[in-house]
Amino acid sequence: MTTMMQEFKQSIIVSIWFVFLTFPLVVVRVNTMNNVVEWRWMNMVWIAAGSFVLSYLWRYMLARKLVQKKVEEAGGDTRGKLQILLEDESFRYKAMGVLLIVALIYPQVFDTYQTTIMISALIYVVLGLGLNINVGLAGMLDLGYVAFFGIGAYTFAIINHHFDVSFWLMLPVGGLVGCLFGIILGFPILRLRGDYLAIVTLGFGMIFKVVMENWTALSFGPSGIANIDKPGLFGLDMNLASHTNYIYYIMIAMVVFTIIVTNRLKNSRIGRAWIALREDEIACVAMGIDMARTKLSAYALGAFWAGMVGVLFASKTTFINPASFTFMESAIILSIVVLGGMGSILGVILGAFILILLPEYMRAFSEYRMLAFGAAMVLMMIFRPQGIISGLRQKYEYKGLKGQSNDG
Amino acid sequence: MADKKHKLLEVKGLTMDFGGLRAVDSVSLEIHEGEIAALIGPNGAGKTTFFNCVTGIYNPTKGDVLLHPKGLKTRRLNGLKPNKVTEMGLARTFQNIRLFQEMTVLENVMIGRHCRTKSGIFRSIIRDKSVREEERQIVETSYRLLEKVGLEDFANEFSKNLPYGAQRRLEIARAMATDPFLLLLDEPAAGMNPQETDELVHLIRKISSEDKIAILLIEHDMKLVMNISDPIYVMEYGKKIAEGTPQQIKDNPKVIEAYLGDDDDA
Ligand SMILES: Nc1ncnc2c1ncn2[C@@H]1O[C@H](COP(=O)(O)OP(=O)(O)OP(=O)(O)O)[C@@H](O)[C@H]1O
Ligand SMILES: [Mg+2]
Repeated sequence: MTTMMQEFKQSIIVSIWFVFLTFPLVVVRVNTMNNVVEWRWMNMVWIAAGSFVLSYLWRYMLARKLVQKKVEEAGGDTRGKLQILLEDESFRYKAMGVLLIVALIYPQVFDTYQTTIMISALIYVVLGLGLNINVGLAGMLDLGYVAFFGIGAYTFAIINHHFDVSFWLMLPVGGLVGCLFGIILGFPILRLRGDYLAIVTLGFGMIFKVVMENWTALSFGPSGIANIDKPGLFGLDMNLASHTNYIYYIMIAMVVFTIIVTNRLKNSRIGRAWIALREDEIACVAMGIDMARTKLSAYALGAFWAGMVGVLFASKTTFINPASFTFMESAIILSIVVLGGMGSILGVILGAFILILLPEYMRAFSEYRMLAFGAAMVLMMIFRPQGIISGLRQKYEYKGLKGQSNDG
Repeated sequence: MADKKHKLLEVKGLTMDFGGLRAVDSVSLEIHEGEIAALIGPNGAGKTTFFNCVTGIYNPTKGDVLLHPKGLKTRRLNGLKPNKVTEMGLARTFQNIRLFQEMTVLENVMIGRHCRTKSGIFRSIIRDKSVREEERQIVETSYRLLEKVGLEDFANEFSKNLPYGAQRRLEIARAMATDPFLLLLDEPAAGMNPQETDELVHLIRKISSEDKIAILLIEHDMKLVMNISDPIYVMEYGKKIAEGTPQQIKDNPKVIEAYLGDDDDA
């Protein structure tokens, strides 16, 4: 209680300081037209209130973090209420059921514009889940992930342009081509770690874009490829609205598929090897795990999802050019994984919705988007470095020898 | 002294240079079936480096590391990757504990089973019957090992939350999950209180007699070493300066000097 009083006092002092410092700037103004001094007292009130609230919040969060750390050091339980709820399996199934129903009726309730926004959020969900394999599970930073997304999109666009192969056939092909490039690009980075890995993967992303911009014979350069086929449904003719809904449902199916597969992988022999590699490379190889193979498999599988959803992206927009695959995209996908919680499937989904939908609905602030992005990331790193939801691990019971699935 | 016991590990003239520093200087030793051998020596003598050379973490500058698994042909370990060495049946623990912190205690042990199981990516996604059966066996084997080291109650805790002594025992369980016939323990008793050390002695004996695993351990706790190991090898400044039974080592003037000379900074 006394500490709270103290923080209250501290915050008041901070706000007085701020008022004092900003007083000449925001309160006093000399109106040169009429030669009078204007006193804008209202500004002072705003500054005082604002700095007080922010300072108090900051202190409160720091204090809370300190308390949590103490509890943790004493071996206590630091899980938040949400985390505890999520570890309850029946709750998780119920929640998933409700979410799925909401997702299915969504386009019936909302208009085409809303559905389109939702589709792009879902695309980022799949991208986030894919990158989560590299970054969250296997612990390999990848700043050029968008290249695999682009490879999937261009594979479909080019083959569709020349040979008129349909979306459904190309969907798995796009994934596999992504996989293939994942393995090819995976080899040179096997021995890299940390900063070097970040720089080299960043380079891959850049190289992809530059190649697509300049290899005109293949990619038609910066002007891109237009008139890509939309996904067909038994040759049915569809208007724009129903087509959007159709793509939306394909996207939902893809998200469900991704969740099931990544969740299974995460709690398999392979997934455990990935996490072990992330935790301690030397111990991991000393326990008999083949590092090269494990890293390549993580890279290939991460790239698979990007390649596959790339095909859908090309098909949805019917037009692609290199401008869609900038470093910015890689950064957003990475932020989704970090913000949501590395290794946590539910966290990544939440992260994608927050980072894609919020800016969409706050168009008014779109100019400050990058600013808010940066601030959010810095605050996240300070107060909740594990992300919104930290990765849960499977719990096993020996009695009856059944592994009980228990993760997000 | 040992009469016709099967030789499991044979190290001949092992040398490891770090730039100008010779951390291990032509060390030779042999581990036989059923032995609990110890490698002792003052700080910086090169014991851990010796382990790292044998287990493939470092590639030795000179010398041979030969493994003679029972009933199989001899394998030269030099230049093999650590995971290959582990597959050959030689497992280890680390002096500075290297557990997978964000994994549960049980999962840490399950990682040890990786090289003895084989479900790949596709089968793990489909999760067919044989995969589920394999998973069940991994869990069962790992759980048994946790029982052996007395950590079964913590199976679903994160390993980083375990007390120090328990973390060391977990490292032993994890190494044993790889089905080794030779176990290298790097200072297993470091940081343990006397009671925990007693339990550890008991555990090491049990591993040796019940599981028929030969053991080579590095340890600074002389009481423990003299109590359980025979033979004992002594290193100083990278060189092997003595070997023999506990009694021989205790009486060896070179060893006494090495330890007394080191006493002022101990
Ligand atoms: N990777 C390395 N690069 C350079 N020098 C090293 C490396 N590893 C060990 N050394 C050096 O080799 C020597 C032997 O170190 P080592 O860790 O093997 O000693 P140790 O006998 O295990 O000692 P301790 O009892 O303190 O664990 C030391 O001088 C150490 O500084
Ligand atoms: Mg050492």
